[in-house]
Amino acid sequence: MMKNDTARFAVERPDFAAIAAWIPTGATVLDLGCGDGSLLRYLKETREVQGYGVEINDADIVSCIANGVNVIQNDLESGLADFEGNSFDYVMLSQTLQATRHTEPLIQEMLRVGREGIVSFPNFGYWKNRLNILLGNMPVSRELPYQWYDTPNVHLCTLDDFETFCKDHRVAVLDRRVMTGGNEVHVLPNLLGSTAVYRFQRGI
Amino acid sequence: MITLSATGSIGIVSARRAQFDTPLVFRSGAVLPRYELVYETYGTLNAGKSNAILICHALSGHHHVAGYYADDLKNIGWWDNMVGPGKPIDTDKFFVIGLNNLGGCHGSTGPSSINPETGQPYGSNFPVITVEDWVTSQARLADLLGISQFAAVIGGSLGGMQALQWSLSYPDRVRHVFAIAAAPHLTAQNIAFNDVARNAILTDPDFHGGDYYQHNVVPTRGLRLARMLGHITYLSDNAMADKFGRDLHAGQLNYGYEIEFAIESYLRYQGDKFAAYFDANTYLLMTKALDYFNPAHDSGGDLNPVFARARASFLVISFTTDWRFSPQRSREIVRPLLHNRLNVNYAEITSTHGHDSFLMQDPYYLDVMRTCLDKVAKECGQ
Repeated sequence: MMKNDTARFAVERPDFAAIAAWIPTGATVLDLGCGDGSLLRYLKETREVQGYGVEINDADIVSCIANGVNVIQNDLESGLADFEGNSFDYVMLSQTLQATRHTEPLIQEMLRVGREGIVSFPNFGYWKNRLNILLGNMPVSRELPYQWYDTPNVHLCTLDDFETFCKDHRVAVLDRRVMTGGNEVHVLPNLLGSTAVYRFQRGI
Repeated sequence: MITLSATGSIGIVSARRAQFDTPLVFRSGAVLPRYELVYETYGTLNAGKSNAILICHALSGHHHVAGYYADDLKNIGWWDNMVGPGKPIDTDKFFVIGLNNLGGCHGSTGPSSINPETGQPYGSNFPVITVEDWVTSQARLADLLGISQFAAVIGGSLGGMQALQWSLSYPDRVRHVFAIAAAPHLTAQNIAFNDVARNAILTDPDFHGGDYYQHNVVPTRGLRLARMLGHITYLSDNAMADKFGRDLHAGQLNYGYEIEFAIESYLRYQGDKFAAYFDANTYLLMTKALDYFNPAHDSGGDLNPVFARARASFLVISFTTDWRFSPQRSREIVRPLLHNRLNVNYAEITSTHGHDSFLMQDPYYLDVMRTCLDKVAKECGQ
């Protein structure tokens, strides 16, 4: 990985930097829908994590191997049966939640396998998205780069929606980072934030 | 992926013979005082002797993995699409060894070899062999070639079992294990298929308890049936349907018991071809080695404690239409590796060719192999 990747990630994938900030050195992490393994490689190099990725796409499997990242080819929708309970410190789902069909059981699976879960997703409540809808069109943006007819995103939600989900499903939110264009958003996050990252564990 | 050298055949190769005079004690307790292994090598062993790759063969395989012979140009190695200059197992980078396993019928000491103590073929006296025994004999070959640690041990099917066993028998002598279309042990159904195949041979009147050599006959009918049955299990239902469907051999139904359907003709051809060159006793031994393989035998079926001693990085590959060793069986290999926090990559190749897929040209399969082996090559400075 090139040395300026850390800087590049901070700009292109602010959620990566936010996730890395939560991960202590030497942690064990499972990255669901790990794509080409960039996040795992980044965490391996900056946090010395012991990581595994799960990915379904053939080309991404090859990229993961090229990136020196452990990857298991599997469909997340079929669950995480290959992974033992409490076998990871963190189970991550980066920009994938909104594209999963069995979202509810998957979050439960994350908390079976991991001590904590981390998800990042585009905030559908972001004001530009709301404005698009108000003007009569489905939003298309950097975070939501698809047309309504070709989008893989079947479970879009707002920050409020996700937090209600957590409350209803005994998921305890531990921390949250909301961002727009790489800058952290503190005021009216459900309106002004384009992307959110949550860290959570099993609630009581 | 950029490859500098042209991809092609390794060219003319020749087999070598290694003699071992240290007795080999089998897992069964039997002892073979001395034996020979036939092997081929491709590429050059580097100064640090760190770039050696061992290829383990499956049930009917042998040492002739790649290239061809000067006196038999059409006799191309069984994995020539994978092994050669610029190919995934790149002979420009690696020193690749293929051998014929002990008990084989392609030159290594086996049931058809002459037992020096009796002057007769071993026949029924050849010890029943296990995957562990093979790996022990392979390690001795490595000793002979001055290889203290393999960069990788690679195998498909029964060969994949040997690769896995390497990581358990000699954890410090193998850096990467490639287990392709393999399983951590056979299922009851697998064993059942093997037993039917063995019964075909054992009940052939020409078998003579395994000592058919002295009678100048070969249990061809049994071996032929065994191969026909095996062949069905290596192909997928869809592949057979696509290739043969209900096509008729002679274009019409004859309402009799001669060959009518194309699939019948194909299977008989495969059976005849195989029975003409393969030794029935070797077939029996190979199927028993498959049946016995079970690293979790002493741990009540639990592979987690077994792989605690493994040190290698693993690449596990399965094929979607393989029902002999299905993707589920490969996942059973992956789980104890995850449990023990070993490095593992698992790829599930969408393929139509069933168990035989591991020998086929699939772009994704070859890409996974090449990418992984490029990393292995870099590790050993190639």
